[in-house]
Amino acid sequence: MKTLVIYLMAEPETPELARAAVEGGADLIELGFPFSDPLADGPVVRRAGERALARGMRTRQCLDVLARTRELVGDGVPVVPMTYSSLFEAYGWERLAEEIHARGGTSMIVADLPAGERADVRRVQMVAPTSTDDRIALAGRQTDGWLYLVTLTGTTGARDDVSPALGGLVERARRLVGVPLYAGFGISTPDHARAVAELADGVVVGSRAVQVAEEGPDALRTYVSSLRAAIDGS
Amino acid sequence: MRDFGGYGGRYVPETLIPALDELDRAWQEAKGDDAFRAELHALGTSYVGRPTPLTLVERFAPGKKIWLKREDLLHTGAHKINNAVGQAVLARRLGKRRIVAETGAGQHGVATATVCARFGFECVVYMGVEDMRRQKPNVERMRLLGAEVRGVDFGTQTLKEATSEAIRDWITNVETTHYLIGSCVGPAPYPELVAELQSVIGREAREQFLAAADALPEAVVACVGGGSNAIGLFHGFVDDVAVRLVGVEAAGAASLGTGRPGVLHGARSSILADEDGQVADAHSISAGLDYPGVGPEHAFLRDSGRAEYRVATDEEALAAFADLARTEGIIPALEPAHALARARDLDVDLILVGLSGRGDKDLAEALDRL
Repeated sequence: MKTLVIYLMAEPETPELARAAVEGGADLIELGFPFSDPLADGPVVRRAGERALARGMRTRQCLDVLARTRELVGDGVPVVPMTYSSLFEAYGWERLAEEIHARGGTSMIVADLPAGERADVRRVQMVAPTSTDDRIALAGRQTDGWLYLVTLTGTTGARDDVSPALGGLVERARRLVGVPLYAGFGISTPDHARAVAELADGVVVGSRAVQVAEEGPDALRTYVSSLRAAIDGS
Repeated sequence: MRDFGGYGGRYVPETLIPALDELDRAWQEAKGDDAFRAELHALGTSYVGRPTPLTLVERFAPGKKIWLKREDLLHTGAHKINNAVGQAVLARRLGKRRIVAETGAGQHGVATATVCARFGFECVVYMGVEDMRRQKPNVERMRLLGAEVRGVDFGTQTLKEATSEAIRDWITNVETTHYLIGSCVGPAPYPELVAELQSVIGREAREQFLAAADALPEAVVACVGGGSNAIGLFHGFVDDVAVRLVGVEAAGAASLGTGRPGVLHGARSSILADEDGQVADAHSISAGLDYPGVGPEHAFLRDSGRAEYRVATDEEALAAFADLARTEGIIPALEPAHALARARDLDVDLILVGLSGRGDKDLAEALDRL
């Protein structure tokens, strides 16, 4: 069974949306804590973050959404906050990490904190097609549970095709790292998800899920089901 | 790579780390390479316009001895060209043929477009649409020089968003592209790289000041946005412990004066942010100081006590701008006008001020307000 990861931006409606995603077949929820200057994100997630900030979604509100999401999706589904370093600087690195765990977060992802920086902060590490073998090995040693493969050189957002760089990255990571490999960035359709699932252990869908979530839980459940069916058929 | 007392670092997505490693290696090699230094020196004297003179301005500040380091006389009209030329030579060593940059006031964009024309590089400059409106002549200059200017129409629509978009472009095109950052900000090794390329200002100024005044200045004063002209000037005097180093920020963009530790554009530094770490808007009449971050080395110099940082208001800068024009026949950029405003009321008499650029670009904005 391949793992299906759905990213959602933290807003007041997100716990219900996350539950719908899990009903549709999501195995893990990534929960975006918005930041004003998200360098790794393309237009869709950036705009979602701007909207969340305009609605008052600061760190405390995001932690409340995390706790409520944890209640609604049940214990079997990891919920992994994904954000940027500035929020940790402001809240305190250790304090925010502790708070995330206390509210039911399962690890976390810090998009602008590459392996080697602040090694004491335990988190899911990311590697990219540009990563050297040494860096993939380092990320593999430091990562928390699974490794996030960024499929392409670029920011988050839908693309026409699955990145041709993914195959080589998976092959290198398999050789260097012993943890499950979940691939994300640029994956938006069931066909993409199927193709990625043939290579990696999990598939992360972000920008397109954020867009569909704007249409409500039913639309999101249907969309996630279509991804699930494609992955399971692979 | 230097650690600035816990400031600095490489807070960027993993995709960029190999490029930063590659840049750092190339920079370390180039620094020790006589041919690289000789080429920079030759470009400095034959193209950029170095050395720049010192000018004593006794009518501007009667009773004091204030000398200006005249970076306004450089090709393209500001100190930004020192950094742009150096990074262009580095980009060629790296085999990169495409350059991306951000610009606020347009001076760094013009300097980048200039060196790209000179070296035959493709050039893309990101600029907030609000700044494009405020600095229209510089947009036209960049286009004339062959650069593509891409407007950034979200968020503050100023330098902060332009920088984010330039970094996103770099993430996407990192294998072909060099990011020619305009100040001593960003992920390591950029802060030390830019400081080193700008430190020619301080090296020249120290020698010239000793020759002119037969003493070292009591204080060295420079404006600070990202802080590259100040760091370049300060580097010439940082080991002269009796010389006060005074940075002057815009009152509405005082990242050092009123900021807090935070992470912006790849580095930990002192930034304008709310208590949750969300970056705040800066406000200054001078587009070049209108930035909520600052180079990590300045945060370090502040904390260590080696440098002191003050602010000047829009009105104080405008008054100094007009006074320097009328008393000395020099129209400064609004950015160094902030330094001039604080220098003339400083409680010492023998002062060196970094005049980082000329004011042609600011006429419309300043005449509107005067």
